[in-house]
Amino acid sequence: MSSSKRPEPPFSPDRRKFALGMASLPALALPFGAMAQSFPTAKVNTTGLAVTDKEVIVGQLHSATGTMAISETGSIQAERLAIEQINAAGGILGRQIKVVQEDGASDWPTFAEKAKKLLVNDKVAAVFGCWTSASRKAVLPVFEKENGMLYYPTFYEGLEQSKNVIYTGQEATQQIIWGLDWVNKEKNAKSFFLIGSDYIWPRTSNKIARKHIEGHLKGKVVGEEYYPLGHTNFNSLINKIKLAKPDCIYAVVVGGSNVAFYKQMKAAGITSAKQLLLTISVTEDELLGIGGENCAGFYACMKYFQSLDNPNNKKFVEAFKAKYGAKAVIGDVTQAAYLGPWLWKATVEKAGSFDVDKVAAASPGIEFKGAPEGYVKIHENHHLWSKARIGEILADGQFKLIAESPNLIEPDPFPKGYQ
Amino acid sequence: MSAADIWNIVLMQGFAGLSLFSVLLLMGLGLAIIFGQMGVINMAHGEFMTIGAYTIFLASTLVQNYAPGLMPYYFLIAIAVAFVLAFGAGWLAEWALIRHLYRRPLDTLLATWGLSLGMQQTFRSTFGPKEVSPTLPDWLMGSWAPVEGLDIPINGMFVMGLTLVVTGMIFLLLYRSRWGLRVRATVANRVMANAIGINTRKTDRMTFAIGCGIAGVAGAAFTTIGSTGPTSGSLYIVDAFLVVTFGGAASLLGTVASAFGIAQTQSITEFFLTGSMAKVLTLLTIVIILMIRPQGLFAAKVRR
Repeated sequence: MSSSKRPEPPFSPDRRKFALGMASLPALALPFGAMAQSFPTAKVNTTGLAVTDKEVIVGQLHSATGTMAISETGSIQAERLAIEQINAAGGILGRQIKVVQEDGASDWPTFAEKAKKLLVNDKVAAVFGCWTSASRKAVLPVFEKENGMLYYPTFYEGLEQSKNVIYTGQEATQQIIWGLDWVNKEKNAKSFFLIGSDYIWPRTSNKIARKHIEGHLKGKVVGEEYYPLGHTNFNSLINKIKLAKPDCIYAVVVGGSNVAFYKQMKAAGITSAKQLLLTISVTEDELLGIGGENCAGFYACMKYFQSLDNPNNKKFVEAFKAKYGAKAVIGDVTQAAYLGPWLWKATVEKAGSFDVDKVAAASPGIEFKGAPEGYVKIHENHHLWSKARIGEILADGQFKLIAESPNLIEPDPFPKGYQ
Repeated sequence: MSAADIWNIVLMQGFAGLSLFSVLLLMGLGLAIIFGQMGVINMAHGEFMTIGAYTIFLASTLVQNYAPGLMPYYFLIAIAVAFVLAFGAGWLAEWALIRHLYRRPLDTLLATWGLSLGMQQTFRSTFGPKEVSPTLPDWLMGSWAPVEGLDIPINGMFVMGLTLVVTGMIFLLLYRSRWGLRVRATVANRVMANAIGINTRKTDRMTFAIGCGIAGVAGAAFTTIGSTGPTSGSLYIVDAFLVVTFGGAASLLGTVASAFGIAQTQSITEFFLTGSMAKVLTLLTIVIILMIRPQGLFAAKVRR
């Protein structure tokens, strides 16, 4: 600082020098104030959002308690990390991001209520949140009525598009079609056994899978089975699979059922040595519960694996572990959640405004080159262009990257010929 | 498909039914004792099972870090520890909560439900919200394949054996021990039992704790076939209540019979229909039978 030079007493003949010294102080503060000055609050916030000269308030809405805390904790952590990094780099339009976190408590009406609170009382500029489709469906009318902005991280069944939501995970076709093509071409799989938990995402996913297998791959679906959420006994199902002898098992089982399914498969002698299995519902997070040794050698189709070897991802994994411990794991959705704040930052800076309408309009075409999964871009339909990847499950609970789509796959939430 | 293949599937399917039977019985036993003998609806039953599951997780972590040589054997000892821990937690819960509510059965339902929520959040705060995976001994996780194409799950056989032992011990305790005598006397006529010098409060506490201890054993055994997480217990609670109510509340024999009936219905319909339809059919059958026999399959002859 220039003031390290001790100023002369004010009445000394040299007081002009002192005045000069003082005048230089504001200039030093410039890096912090300049951005906010060139983007005055009155201009970047015309709709009464919680934006001041120094900070902007955003909401975080996940289940920190209840059944879904298993899955949503990773998303909470990743969003926090992204926001901290953005703040450390100077914030958005010269403003620091402040987070108001609400707990949806794994209860869908609570999600809607808390969404309303964030938008109406806290007047947050954006919300990063939700995980299950049920919670997203519960808050969607609130976001559309109160005109809020939601960044939603989970891969999901598609069939939805809203001005007020940016979907940073894959919609169904991005995850399913390329993966099926891969097992068909590389592993010569012709007959498939589809298994899912009994709710909208697995059913929609398997519907798309069946259309693709029968229509495009000219293969056969030898069985399609759904079990209630939380089902823990799969022995009869496993016998049915043995009877049907499919080339490939296609598994969309979630939650506690997932663990039971793989442990019982192993105990019944269905291992990767004898059977090909492709899943779209197992990430590093699920492997914590299943145990990599119980399903090693099976394949998962995701857009991100913690083991991806690129500079962005190395930095991301390192920062994540530094903050949450060396044992922390990062699954596909956790990475997608990390994209939310960064995409929002880029969009706000492009729009030069926090206003939701302007952010929504500026979203298509926004790119994020620093994404751990590699380059991503927002499509006109508010979903992301992203790659699909096949990983092989390893005994230590990580994935080995086996294949990846050569190009970014276009998001298509309303696929023609698949409904 | 040859005849041998079909024969193998029939055998494996038969085993699947028996295996489900032992799972249902093991999860229902602790509840049957508490509900049947004391009339307390223990909604926290699943969480006492979770105590058992986390015991296995802790034990496996400890053994892996400090005594890897003991890996093949720790499981049996850990099951005993699971019993002790769940027993202790049950003892505490009875002393702090349940004993004040004996005359208000509906309130025990609310209180134990609250207890279950509290326990779930405690697990979440202690072990983290994500599921964990205890490292199980290798001999336990695999299949026994006497001939090509026939795989009998070893963990299934293990659970079956354990269920047999636990059920045998409970029958022995109830019908051949002082405690069993006191329990039966208390159930038959609490006032009279008190009058002839049986400390019914102590008997109640013991009964509740033993029921919880058995839940702990069940939870520990189920780490071989299911998940270990803060809410894992809640996956079993509905089925456990189903088994107990269907069997007839105060009858252990009823619990055994109902577990067998439900397991066979479920596993056979699951094989021929889809999973969700099988569940519908099983529940429908139970509802119809309970409409005809509201007291359950076996009703104990006790004076109320």
